[in-house]
Amino acid sequence: MQSVCLTPWGRYSILVSDVQMSVNKSSGAKKLNARNLAELKRGESGVLDRIELPEHDARRLMEMGFLPGHAVTLGHSAPGGDPRVFRVDGSEVALRRETAVRLILR
Amino acid sequence: MGDCHGCSVATIPLPQVAARRHIVAIVGPPNSGKSTLFNRLTGLRQKVANFPGVTVEHRMGKVKLEPHREVYVVDLPGVYSLMPRTEDERVTHDVLLGEMKNLARPDAVLLILDSTNLARHLVLAAPVLSLGLPTLVILNMADDLKRREGGIDSAELAMQLGSPVALVSATKGQGMEKVFDFLASATVAAAPKKPMLELPVIQDIPKCRAWAANVGDKTRYHAPAPPLWTRRLDALFLHPVWGLMVFLMVVIGVFQTIFAGARPLMDGVQAAISASGQWMGSLIPNEALRSLLVDGVWSGVGSVVVFLPQILLLFLFIGVLEDSGYLARAALIADRTMARFGLQGRSFIPLLSAYACAVPAIMATRTIENKRDRMATILIAPFMTCSARLPVYTLIIAAFLPEKPLLGVFFGTRAAALLSLYALGFLAAIFTARLLKSTVLKSSRSSFVMEMPPYRWPTLQSLALRLIDRSRVFLRRAGTVILAVAVVIWILAHLPLAGGKPPAIGDSIAGMIGHTVEPAIQPLGFNWKIGIGLITSLAAREVIVGTLGTIYGIEGTSQSRGLQQALRQDLAPGGAAALLVFFAFAMQCMSTMAVVRRETGGWRWPAIQFAYMTGMAYVCAFLANRAVTLWF
Repeated sequence: MQSVCLTPWGRYSILVSDVQMSVNKSSGAKKLNARNLAELKRGESGVLDRIELPEHDARRLMEMGFLPGHAVTLGHSAPGGDPRVFRVDGSEVALRRETAVRLILR
Repeated sequence: MGDCHGCSVATIPLPQVAARRHIVAIVGPPNSGKSTLFNRLTGLRQKVANFPGVTVEHRMGKVKLEPHREVYVVDLPGVYSLMPRTEDERVTHDVLLGEMKNLARPDAVLLILDSTNLARHLVLAAPVLSLGLPTLVILNMADDLKRREGGIDSAELAMQLGSPVALVSATKGQGMEKVFDFLASATVAAAPKKPMLELPVIQDIPKCRAWAANVGDKTRYHAPAPPLWTRRLDALFLHPVWGLMVFLMVVIGVFQTIFAGARPLMDGVQAAISASGQWMGSLIPNEALRSLLVDGVWSGVGSVVVFLPQILLLFLFIGVLEDSGYLARAALIADRTMARFGLQGRSFIPLLSAYACAVPAIMATRTIENKRDRMATILIAPFMTCSARLPVYTLIIAAFLPEKPLLGVFFGTRAAALLSLYALGFLAAIFTARLLKSTVLKSSRSSFVMEMPPYRWPTLQSLALRLIDRSRVFLRRAGTVILAVAVVIWILAHLPLAGGKPPAIGDSIAGMIGHTVEPAIQPLGFNWKIGIGLITSLAAREVIVGTLGTIYGIEGTSQSRGLQQALRQDLAPGGAAALLVFFAFAMQCMSTMAVVRRETGGWRWPAIQFAYMTGMAYVCAFLANRAVTLWF
């Protein structure tokens, strides 16, 4: 599976990795103190660094405002805590936890 | 899909458009107020149609400009970009590029953007403006922008974009003169102008966004304060406890209102129909003709038309929920539950609309990107209790179940029975979804990404237009399919003539057909009269009510509520329960079969769906008959 990493400068580099590798990568990233969207607390903000998802899904998220360099704030959640609503670039967008963990903060 | 349409857009030569019919396309992101603008422009001069080959509905309407001049406006599906990925996006893309069959390339474009979220919505302006069509950039919700202390220099924005800009509030109808002026001028001048601006490469979203931010800065765009009321309402509607309570109250409230609240209205319609039938009967001297018109047509069609108030109430509720923005929250709340059955929150909206009618619901699945999720949603949608089942349910419940209060005056046994039938359909749907998603439509868990629109007051105009549209569809069906079935049934029930006189219903052709199928349906507790109803209801579910109305009308019991009494004499409680269960599961709708065929690209899936649903209906109806007969 191809995944696209977006740098804050808008260049993208294409990494070839399968899903298992991506999961390992994100758990490895946690150790390096790179947080993801799912770790935000209610009302807390973070600046998006990159989206670790296949290009198709990453583009859809970018069209909805999830662009590197933009601030993302956690808003309300559905009862049960998932999915959660994120405020980004003037809109509110709901994401499931499994998607939110692929959006890495700076 | 990999080929890059977006990049080559600007160099595509413009096809010559026939001068007679001018078409203007409305383009905009989801939740920008496209439909409200469309309704404002066209009013009642609109109709819903389908593009050939795709299931995406589009609305086309006429705008009267001055005497003897009119422009056609087409409302395209909401998109964030012109990359054709989902079917919605492909339609918008193809129409704008003139690649849609049977529709000429639009002469001009109305690009509608939400002015309260302009910086992000301007991202769509780049690809749309680079099409080179005359474009009016409409900044909608201008009243909201002003109220929440935002602002923009629209003259400067027009300079920056090289296109005229109008600040508009489509809900309130403010600033619409500029839109009409544009429609008048853009469809007179023949030469479309080319934009003289440098627009960013369309593929690169971060660059588009940076360009939009730059334009926003130059035009002194001042983003408004966050929508306070939306935050406050979300604090309630998405509250862990209260949110769920509201969700359940909305669902129960809908059912109680359409059942109990519609009663007086339905009684009124019923009284009007039987009074007018009697009055009509007194005017017609010929006995055979009177019998055909009054007992056949009037009581057949009339017994279905009675349900119009109930169906309109249901559509009114769905309209209010959708237009206010609550439906998106309901999808969010439902997502976790839907995920358990292999579906996602986005499937919730089509499934909820399937409570009204499976046909628009199956069309609404186009917003689901994942093909397998979409297919599963299409296949289970007809299990949701559509409004065509309502007449059957209402009739049987009212005939067999006495009304007793369960939870005070608000919730009685009849509403509870109706609610459990709705739950039964829902359970069958999720069972089937689970089955499909763990076998033939197996896929990895799909993502759920959904924008939560700000809460808005639904406009009366949009709600009214919805209801008018639905009434037209329903009455057209009553006036065609149901009318035809009523006439055919009446004729079959009156032939063959014995000594110049019609036979007893049991000896007529209809009776013989009913007697032929009787052995097959006897295990379910149905007699031959119900058998005739079941055959006719293959066309559409509610037809059975009309058919029974005709059959019993012939027997001379078609007074108000007469049908209920006749059924009570003719059907055991076990048979009544079986009939309800049968209608909950069986696939009896030609329109749905047709739309599933078109959607899935062949007869395979609708055939499987029909066999599965009807088989399930038969088995479960048999069990219901046995259980009720045994216990009561």
